[in-house]
Amino acid sequence: MSESVKVPTMASYVAEGKQPEVLFWVGCAGSFDDRAKKITKAFVKILNQIDVKFAVLGTEEGCTGDPAKRAGNEFLFQMQAMTNIEVLNAYEVKKIVTACPHCFNTIKNEYPSLGGSYEVIHHTQFLKQLLNEGRLKVEGGKFKGKRITYHDPCYLGRANGEYEAPRDLLRKLEVELIEMKSCKSKGLCCGAGGAQMFKDAEKGDKEVNIHRTEQALEIKPEVIAAGCPFCNTMMTDGVKNKEKQDDIEVLDVVEMIANAEDL
Amino acid sequence: MLEFIPQVIFVILVIAAIAFFAKNVSRLKRNINLGKSIDKSDHKDIRFKKMLKIALGQSKMVVRPIAGILHIIVYVGFIIINIEVLEIIIDGVAGTHRIFGFLGPAYSFLIGSFEILAFLVLASVIIFWTRRNLMNIKRFLSKELKGWPKNDANYILYFEVVLMVLFLTMNATDYQLQLIGASHYANEAGVVGSFPVSQYLLPLFEGMSEATLIAIERTAWWLHIIGILIFLNYLYYSKHLHILLAFPNVYFSNLNELGKFKNLEAVTNEVKLMMDPNADPFAETEGGEDEVPEKFGASDVQDLNWFQLLSAYTCTECGRCTSECPANQTGKLLSPRKIMMDTRDRLEEVGKLIEGGKEITSDKQLLDNYITREELWACTTCNACVDACPVGIDPLSIIMDMRQYLVMEESAAPAELNNAMSNIENNSAPWPYNQQDRLNWAKEV
Repeated sequence: MSESVKVPTMASYVAEGKQPEVLFWVGCAGSFDDRAKKITKAFVKILNQIDVKFAVLGTEEGCTGDPAKRAGNEFLFQMQAMTNIEVLNAYEVKKIVTACPHCFNTIKNEYPSLGGSYEVIHHTQFLKQLLNEGRLKVEGGKFKGKRITYHDPCYLGRANGEYEAPRDLLRKLEVELIEMKSCKSKGLCCGAGGAQMFKDAEKGDKEVNIHRTEQALEIKPEVIAAGCPFCNTMMTDGVKNKEKQDDIEVLDVVEMIANAEDL
Repeated sequence: MLEFIPQVIFVILVIAAIAFFAKNVSRLKRNINLGKSIDKSDHKDIRFKKMLKIALGQSKMVVRPIAGILHIIVYVGFIIINIEVLEIIIDGVAGTHRIFGFLGPAYSFLIGSFEILAFLVLASVIIFWTRRNLMNIKRFLSKELKGWPKNDANYILYFEVVLMVLFLTMNATDYQLQLIGASHYANEAGVVGSFPVSQYLLPLFEGMSEATLIAIERTAWWLHIIGILIFLNYLYYSKHLHILLAFPNVYFSNLNELGKFKNLEAVTNEVKLMMDPNADPFAETEGGEDEVPEKFGASDVQDLNWFQLLSAYTCTECGRCTSECPANQTGKLLSPRKIMMDTRDRLEEVGKLIEGGKEITSDKQLLDNYITREELWACTTCNACVDACPVGIDPLSIIMDMRQYLVMEESAAPAELNNAMSNIENNSAPWPYNQQDRLNWAKEV
């Protein structure tokens, strides 16, 4: 398997005098977090399989600055942003795809006024495009008919209005798509946003991710589909906390597509 | 001469009420203008359409159907019944009786609709009161509503009940007076107006003398209009200001994607300077050495922008924001509604200091004295509160400005966040991994 999977860098593309069709922005979670790396790998496998010319920045990529900005550290955010923009502009990047809604939101919305304007899309939107272009084929496979609920990441949904691309992909997998009582624009946060991922929660009755997991358990799904590495971690922890990990899987939409294909 | 006394008193009352209201409007303007400038002059057409849809059209109210539909009844009732106030004022000034009566069937239709609306408003307001006081609905039980806010909400409901009852009593006695042919009331052409609701009140007034009926009718008429004038002047002291400010607030509300937070320009300049290899680090800034560096973020109301302050006055404390807030749902201190209420309370306090000719002392401020750090750090920036607000208020922007102050002016972030931030600074990831290892995952594929 590993022989066939290629992860070219922007540097190698430029060395050959070529441009990829899209830059895959991996993000910190996708690069370092063990759970999130699986999402990264699943995405790359699909890109390889259908021969999408993509590249990553690799060691030239750095945190977008999202957690710094949302923690209130505007200075650190802009340092990160400008450093990244310099790299992206030097490579004349036009189109960016990322599996992290936080990176997606930051590069799409907060980089332009700092000199970084790109077409930025979430990986579920990209896969939907590939599907529409006929390059990607998604069929039921092993998730066909399963009860699956989709947890909207705040920074993809409410923050940027994308609710349908991930759901369309799930429908293509012929799953039984069921909705939690808070979904789409009313979707409840997993608890990780606004830099909460990197700190303990304030005193309260319970953790936000447990609350969200309870909402999911109410409708008895077999899989909780996610579109964000942080939501994924939070929901996975929530399911474990409820000792339901043997019954319920937490998977990124792209992992489900890759798994359905048995990649 | 004496016959004009009621008209003179009426005119004096109306002028005094409007003058008092105008004074409070100027207070409101002064306080809102304490905020920093922010350019909202763009996209006038989009803003106007948004205002028509969300403020006039109440499109976000019906997300919660029960409260939404009841609110629309009261709102439509309020606007339509106010057409009647126009007639009341003209009658009051001119000493006429139902001056628009010449409209004939159209007038009957109007008065008939006002009556039906008045009845619906009365019913809705009673349901509102029941929801607020008897039904244990969570968003009406929050800590921040204890005391004045709860009373304020109930006073408004009582006000509406009284106004509607007076309106219907006035119509019923007027109708009865017309029926018994009292002079000034009766008209040769027949009954002026139609009274689909107040006709059922007639049995109450049957057999009363003309003089008693006139006394009741006049009392109801006077109390009704005085009530409206008092209500107008109550607005400034109440959460009920939203009936006016919802419109400008929606007009000026955020048009960007909710996920887009503003970038501080002062920081951009500084970062550019730092990253520019040709920049002279010792170069004097434009304002010279005396220039006071801009304060980052907000610790008090003057650090917020005028739109945020307008929003504080616009908030009617419905609590839809708080009930959608993940932190609040899980028992944390944070309540976006409280953020808005605190901002208004502090702004009022600052306004009073200014009126008293006192300095806005720094021994009290929005941060810590009103909004605690624990509340600010509980926010996940999920935008649920912003999305939930029916009038375009953005409590999250205030939370973010205050976090910015805490981190950039006081370096007072929670310790774990400081760790994450120093990781980002040192190795460009919130965790302590080396940037050179960023592509290691590819070897594991």
